[in-house]
Amino acid sequence: MIAITHPEEDPVTPPPGSDAALAEPAASSSAPGSAAPDVYDRLAATPEFAELRHRYRSFVLPATVAFLGWYLLYVVLSNWAGGLMGTKVVGNVNVALVFGLLQFVTTFAIAYVYSRYSTARLDPLARELDERYAAATARTTDRTTEDGGAPR
Amino acid sequence: MNHQVLTTVLFLSVVALTVAITLRASRTTSGAADFYAGGRSFSGFQNGLAIGGDYMSAASFLGISGLIALYGYDGFLYSIGFLVAWLVALLLVAEMLRNSGRFTMADQLAYRMRQRPVRTAAATSTVVVSIFYLLAQMVGAGSLVALLLGVQSGAVKNLVILGVGLLMIFYVTVGGMKGTTWVQIVKAVLLMTGSALIVVLVLAKFHFNISDLLGQAATTSGKGPAFLEPGLKYGATTTSKLDFLSLGLALVLGTAGLPHILTRFYTVPTSRDARKSVLWAIGLIGVFYLFTLILGFGAAALLTGDQAAEVAKSKGNLASPLLAEAVGGGAGSTGGAVLLALISAVAFATILAVVAGLTLTSSTSVAHDLYDGVIKKGRATERETIRVTRVAAFGIGLVAIGLAIPAQKLNIAFLVALAFAVAASANLPSIVLNMFWRRFNTRGAVWSIYGGLISSIGLVVFSPVMSGKGVVNGVNQSLLPATIDISWFPLENPGLVSIPLAFVLGIVGSLLSREPAAEEAFTKLEVRALTGAGAEGAVAH
Repeated sequence: MIAITHPEEDPVTPPPGSDAALAEPAASSSAPGSAAPDVYDRLAATPEFAELRHRYRSFVLPATVAFLGWYLLYVVLSNWAGGLMGTKVVGNVNVALVFGLLQFVTTFAIAYVYSRYSTARLDPLARELDERYAAATARTTDRTTEDGGAPR
Repeated sequence: MNHQVLTTVLFLSVVALTVAITLRASRTTSGAADFYAGGRSFSGFQNGLAIGGDYMSAASFLGISGLIALYGYDGFLYSIGFLVAWLVALLLVAEMLRNSGRFTMADQLAYRMRQRPVRTAAATSTVVVSIFYLLAQMVGAGSLVALLLGVQSGAVKNLVILGVGLLMIFYVTVGGMKGTTWVQIVKAVLLMTGSALIVVLVLAKFHFNISDLLGQAATTSGKGPAFLEPGLKYGATTTSKLDFLSLGLALVLGTAGLPHILTRFYTVPTSRDARKSVLWAIGLIGVFYLFTLILGFGAAALLTGDQAAEVAKSKGNLASPLLAEAVGGGAGSTGGAVLLALISAVAFATILAVVAGLTLTSSTSVAHDLYDGVIKKGRATERETIRVTRVAAFGIGLVAIGLAIPAQKLNIAFLVALAFAVAASANLPSIVLNMFWRRFNTRGAVWSIYGGLISSIGLVVFSPVMSGKGVVNGVNQSLLPATIDISWFPLENPGLVSIPLAFVLGIVGSLLSREPAAEEAFTKLEVRALTGAGAEGAVAH
């Protein structure tokens, strides 16, 4: 299997199988007082982060409302519009079946559009902020607390 | 060859293959990130396959096609809900969870809240949802094997359930997440190939004319055009229509709250890989549900007489295997025996992969959240935690075995729908509120999780599922003896009430308490979740 080393990875990971590999990692998820949380606060105040947050929310929130609404419309019509749903379209294929298959189409379409959108509009900003975080934590903190985990 | 010999050989091959994979994976597993998250080093495509393998359970393969075979169009709703649900996971949950957690669903709550109460609550609901889901898979395994060996004895079914339970304990304790993931990848490939084969054979019978297939399904079912329209199962009364709505809500909101799906996002190096894996999974699962549509209508069209009666008696669970036998040449033919054995072995592999994922996730939560987080306050060593995980896998396995035996009379898809309802009620509200609402805090999370958990299960206890449906044709329709009637909640699916309730409890609980630390940490959580800064990396080997 190909192991990909994340840039944040502790460079002194012990070899697998050694006792040290089983020991509690120094980078515990609760490192109160470490400098990393301050870095998060500084990043949160940047215009880039505000833009990233805005771009993310302005895509996913309307998209979620849209697909949930479209899905619930399908469920409601199935329940209370039997006549419409039973109308034949082609041969034995009726509106209900077409409607159901359209749910598949919209699911694939939204997934595809989100994939394009996030690659083009979200990932570059996220990468830049991630790099700034890495640079800031490498400068200001001991590597053992860079996990930056929970503030308590 | 005698088909029972063939079947036994194929089943044992599936078992041998998965055991070999598990043993191989155990050699490269060292430390917690390997054991719980497969070293976070699977690719997006591999994890997409594994998600498919984790998600396309016996409920989908046996349950949904069975419901379509029995009730026609109404069974299709399950497929649609199960698929659309992935958009919730893709857009709102997968990437942010990957960035903010380590091993369990509780991690991202604990990031900004008081560790002990939220970890206890999240671990409780993880274990409960997983056990519901486990029951469905084990019931499927029992009825499948009983069919193949031609035995109706309860003892044999119970023995199979016991065997599956012991195997899943083995996968988890020995192979950890790496072993489990590879089992799921292999299973996804087997399942897609096997069902594609049957689909092609079914369609070939109708010269690839879907309209003819639908027409014959409607005729053979004896229900005419109504078989192709919504309403056969759920359309009778206003109550059953509300039940349908309730089910639909649980299906679409449940996926992103299923702990064994959520932990799969931790097995890839970055949140971008988590996104990729969901995209692969959506493609795979979408195609698979189109297959189940053909399998279900195919079973309705092609199975008649004794076989149709057998499908009805199994509550639909045996529609796919019997369909495989029919398109292979029918009962008694070599082709029929081969395909029946093949498809059953695939279904068995499906069950094994899913139970492994469920057991791993729930025992991880017990060890990481309850033992390390709550009891040891984060000071347990990795070695201790992994040992506790193994012990917990035993315990959960035994509980699942004990509960699966009396649950055998329920439709598998229905049991899974219950697990979805509990997941959508207990888990999803707090996951979403935690990521999107600064004011959300410990009290809100605890109220939402316990409130969703208790209301969803409580409503089922007092629903017609448990009691009060009475005796039809000499068969008791509810779980409790027919003389007991404690039902007062009219719906079989609790989601319509319990999901909104859990959201309301989360909001009210938060507003009734102040927790400045949780609000402050929201900023940090949001930066980390959206950018991946400081997220757990992959293990270098």
